[in-house]
Amino acid sequence: MMETILEIKHLNKTYPDGTEALKDISLSVKKGEFIVIIGPSGAGKSTFLRSINRLSEPSGGEILFHGEDIVKANRAKLRKIRRNIGMIFQGFNLVKRLPTVRNVLHGKLGYMSTWKGALGLFGQEEVEEALDILERVGLEKQAFKRADELSGGQQQRVAIARAINQSPSMILADEPIASLDPNASRVVMDYLQKACRDEGFTTIVNLHQVDFAKEYADRIVGIKNGEVYFDGPVHELTEDVIKAIYATDKEAMPV
Amino acid sequence: MIKNKETFRQQKKVQNSIFTFLAFAFFVFSMLQLNIVPERIVRSIDRLGYIFSNMFPPVTNEPLNLFGAAIESIQVAILGTILGVLISLFLAVLAAKNLTFSPYLSYFIKAFAGFVRAVPALIWALLFIVAVGLGPTPGILALAINSIGMLVKVYGEALEEIDMGIVEALESAGATKLQVILQGVFPSVLTAFTAWSLFRLDVNIRYSAILGVVGAGGIGWELMKAAQMSRYDEALMVTIVIFGMVMSAEVISEFMKKRTNAATAQALN
Ligand SMILES: Nc1ncnc2c1ncn2[C@@H]1O[C@H](COP(=O)(O)OP(=O)(O)OP(=O)(O)O)[C@@H](O)[C@H]1O
Ligand SMILES: [Mg+2]
Repeated sequence: MMETILEIKHLNKTYPDGTEALKDISLSVKKGEFIVIIGPSGAGKSTFLRSINRLSEPSGGEILFHGEDIVKANRAKLRKIRRNIGMIFQGFNLVKRLPTVRNVLHGKLGYMSTWKGALGLFGQEEVEEALDILERVGLEKQAFKRADELSGGQQQRVAIARAINQSPSMILADEPIASLDPNASRVVMDYLQKACRDEGFTTIVNLHQVDFAKEYADRIVGIKNGEVYFDGPVHELTEDVIKAIYATDKEAMPV
Repeated sequence: MIKNKETFRQQKKVQNSIFTFLAFAFFVFSMLQLNIVPERIVRSIDRLGYIFSNMFPPVTNEPLNLFGAAIESIQVAILGTILGVLISLFLAVLAAKNLTFSPYLSYFIKAFAGFVRAVPALIWALLFIVAVGLGPTPGILALAINSIGMLVKVYGEALEEIDMGIVEALESAGATKLQVILQGVFPSVLTAFTAWSLFRLDVNIRYSAILGVVGAGGIGWELMKAAQMSRYDEALMVTIVIFGMVMSAEVISEFMKKRTNAATAQALN
């Protein structure tokens, strides 16, 4: 629990239209931590998470992952770093027309030669591994169904399986349960938590449900207006702090 | 309001009668200019009667030749379609705004496809005959390039509508661009692509029947020969074979479309 796996220093992101989404964010993440990021809509949570694997290009700062600066990485290097970071999205982002197991196999693309991966020449061993992982998220019966035949909660578990199949050391999840009902949300969060504990993944999850955040997090980071507003263990996140994070500027101003 | 509507309707009426008059004037002018006078039309009806009476019964002196020519037409259509589809797949990815390397490349390919589309298949056949000589090869090339004009456009439009979340998901797993396209993008657009490609095969079979008229291989040449020798009974036979060809192409492509729709998921397993 002591080793630092991710060190973010003075991260900035300004969108081409001039929106300053991230302002000088610094954060240090230890191996195995389960961090939940909360904050109001438009605070910059997604931008922050997407900057870490450069789906969104940072405008400045450093992101040291296992000591390597992601911001400076070239294409080939970035690909190696990315396969070591699993990402889970609000919209699941599966290839809907493909069977579930094929979607899980996609987690291996980063390790394959371009053509072998492009043509989908997965070996017997890789298929078996994918099926094993599907079993671990409780979807062994759905392995050969088309992804769009699954329920939302099941699809998100497939996405988790795909991320696990990358054998990453870190997982980023951007609002993984925002489009699921409470029951499915709980199941998905349980599987995510279990996977991260079993495999020792370091995990950063964006959530907008504070109760879920408190329940699953080791550590909570509150982002507001593109800045880190709160950073601490769950018990330090008092009602007052929550109110302050979610307060709009209008409310905060004296009437 | 009501008054406005009335005047608007009246204006519309006046406009319509002006257009009708102009169209009629143009029609008469064209007839005169092209020297299509009534007595000529009457005479051509006589001639048509003569041709018709000579058409029956339809015959063929060389059934094997005719059959071979029909097969060649279909081969030209199939090879032209396959070549066109393969090149279009490649170009469409570069033309789609959301997948291309550079917006300039995208514009360039779209403009190229637009130009290629605007030139009819028969003109392409003539150009390729000059370039590579008579025979099926210029036919195949002409159909391929004519297909590219259309397919790059429709494939590109399908690609521009895909869910970019899939691209992001695979890229974030460390997939290369080629892997993203073949493993994520193409499976998502497969149904649309198959339907368009089969439609194009259908169109190409129609075209391939007439390409022979200019010497680009296939059954059209037989039609040409019969007509030039005034063997109208043979010409009718060739026409019947062409009709059968086109009809069966339509039936087959309809059948394949249904089949692929049902079997895409299994085929991808
Ligand atoms: N592609 C973009 N171009 C311009 N501005 C953007 C873009 N994406 C996000 N923004 C802006 O950046 C800011 C942060 O957005 P971001 O999506 O990171 O917020 P968020 O905290 O994830 O919000 P939510 O909880 O609604 O998902 C917002 O002001 C948003 O309008
Ligand atoms: Mg967001």
